Amino acid sequence: MPLLEVNNLEVCFGLRSGAVKALRDVSFTLERGERLGVVGESGAGKSVLGFSIINLLSRPGQISSGSVHFEGNDLASLAPGELRSIRGNRISMIFQDPMMTLNPVLTIGVQMVECLLAHRKISKADAKRISLKKLQQVQIPSPEKRLDQYPHELSGGMRQRIVIAIGLLLDPDIIIADEPTTALDVTIQAEIMDLMLNLCEQNNVALILITHDLGVVSQVTQRMLVMYAGRIIEQGPTKEVINDAQHPYTQGLMNALPQMAIPGQKLNQIKGTMPPLQRIPKGCSFNPRCEYVMDVCKQKLPSFTESGNCQVACHMVAESKQDKLLVKEV
Amino acid sequence: MSEPTLNMEQPPTALQRFKASHFWHSFKIDRVAQLSFLIFLTYAVLAISASFIAPFDPYDASQIDIMNSEIPPSWQEEGEEGFLLGTDAQGRDMLSTILYGTRVSLMIGLCAVALQALLGIVIGLTAGYIGGRVDSFLMRIADIQLSFSTLMVAIIVLAVFQATFGTELYQQLAMIMLILVIGIAEWPQYARTIRASVLAEKKKEYVDAARVMGFGRLRIMFRHILPNTLSPILVISTVQIANAIISEASLSFLGLGMPVSQPSLGSLISSGFEYIFSGAWWITVIPGVVLIVLVLVMNLLGDWMRDVLNPKLYKG
Repeated sequence: MPLLEVNNLEVCFGLRSGAVKALRDVSFTLERGERLGVVGESGAGKSVLGFSIINLLSRPGQISSGSVHFEGNDLASLAPGELRSIRGNRISMIFQDPMMTLNPVLTIGVQMVECLLAHRKISKADAKRISLKKLQQVQIPSPEKRLDQYPHELSGGMRQRIVIAIGLLLDPDIIIADEPTTALDVTIQAEIMDLMLNLCEQNNVALILITHDLGVVSQVTQRMLVMYAGRIIEQGPTKEVINDAQHPYTQGLMNALPQMAIPGQKLNQIKGTMPPLQRIPKGCSFNPRCEYVMDVCKQKLPSFTESGNCQVACHMVAESKQDKLLVKEV
Repeated sequence: MSEPTLNMEQPPTALQRFKASHFWHSFKIDRVAQLSFLIFLTYAVLAISASFIAPFDPYDASQIDIMNSEIPPSWQEEGEEGFLLGTDAQGRDMLSTILYGTRVSLMIGLCAVALQALLGIVIGLTAGYIGGRVDSFLMRIADIQLSFSTLMVAIIVLAVFQATFGTELYQQLAMIMLILVIGIAEWPQYARTIRASVLAEKKKEYVDAARVMGFGRLRIMFRHILPNTLSPILVISTVQIANAIISEASLSFLGLGMPVSQPSLGSLISSGFEYIFSGAWWITVIPGVVLIVLVLVMNLLGDWMRDVLNPKLYKG
């Protein structure tokens, strides 16, 4: 049984102008200790996916169909109290901006101890000891001193280390990291990423890394999902997806990397922008921007085609596969 | 060459933190704030120790001699040494009466504001955090409440109470009634301010982070959001205390506040009003000045605090 199993998840935002589906038909699994990358443009539904896993969408968002199973339990059917005992305790989340995720008026120590006491029946002194240990694990200088400091007294990198320490505080099974390094300096980014990876590996924690940085995903994760307009369009082992992208959108993303450009020429880009979620075109949602668009793309939604170890939702890939099969038969 | 010593000083204590804060710094350079705070502190000390300082006990009928009535302050020609600020129409020493009256006024002001704050914080926090229908419902109640003026509500309630239960019972319960009436009439001020700050705060990521950590609603509301809305609460509190003292004085002036036997500043002003044209100005004017100064320093303090705590004006 996989640790986390997401089946046909659909998330709906009921707005005045009508319901908008931010996620459609999202399915994937996550094993214990596995590292999964989720990439896509802004607005593709990456963060919504993160929030819907722990059932924390704020209104008007809600899971309209599909299910999220954690260790076989459907999270949607749990009572609020049971759900709270999973949040933070078994599944924790790290946000993008460490400036904002720490409460500005409480000291670091107070915030950490509070998390521990909310989930475990231990004494305050024990909680403090555990907090200190976690701060040491994230390699923060003079951790004893940090416990009595307020977030504004620390630098951005230190704050993100503390956020990671809080994320790991209760030895969770899954950490959902929503762009954990975007707000940081490039030099610190690599450090923090390494630190997070090491800690996840040591404690056998599964990581869902939500980002738009393909470089990070390719270095860090074992499997990845590519999302576009609320759907998964390609998923598979990271190496295969990166090296041999099948979907035209994923190919476009790879070509858009600065490393792929020829010196002296413009950077490659995918023309157009992602359609607003209210006006997603019929058929394949990528069809207005796709170079290889065919008639069938504008009519029918592509289903997943197996390609190597990857799954790709594209008519073109499906057709070429069929052609190959035909060739073989002939 | 000696080893470079790392500066590993102890984490600052609360007092050190306070001394290093912007709040303390701006207090140190603001003369008006210092003076206001000093005057307020003097009022508070005098009011608390009224029963030790005052030469007479104005609540004790045996110390009052009607023959001493309307003696002018001691610096005037007809004044007497024993009555520094003169006496009122019943022969009570004005100084003692003002000291006791300040205590009553401050007490009512502080308690009424505490009640306002309690109601306002709970309602404002609930409305802001839960939102939706609960928010609309609570805020419409606040709107309705605000559409009646405080004085009107207070006059109706107090007058009805006096008429139904008799003046005697009213005189016993006057202070509690005033606190209740002023406290309940003004909670929407707090509720609105707090709701507005909660609406801004709850969108911040630390609230999401707290929800992700699996904290309950109440804990998030009172432990995580409330401390972040403290500065507007502090600012309106100072203004509201001044307002509550004025409301109490107005009600007493109208004869609906503290009874003459336990006068507040307002009822003192009112009791001297009849004699002002017969030349006994001190019965009204002296408590009037005391009241004005008290309200003025409260407002000045509130003004200063608003400037200090407003991050938009803050230019470190």
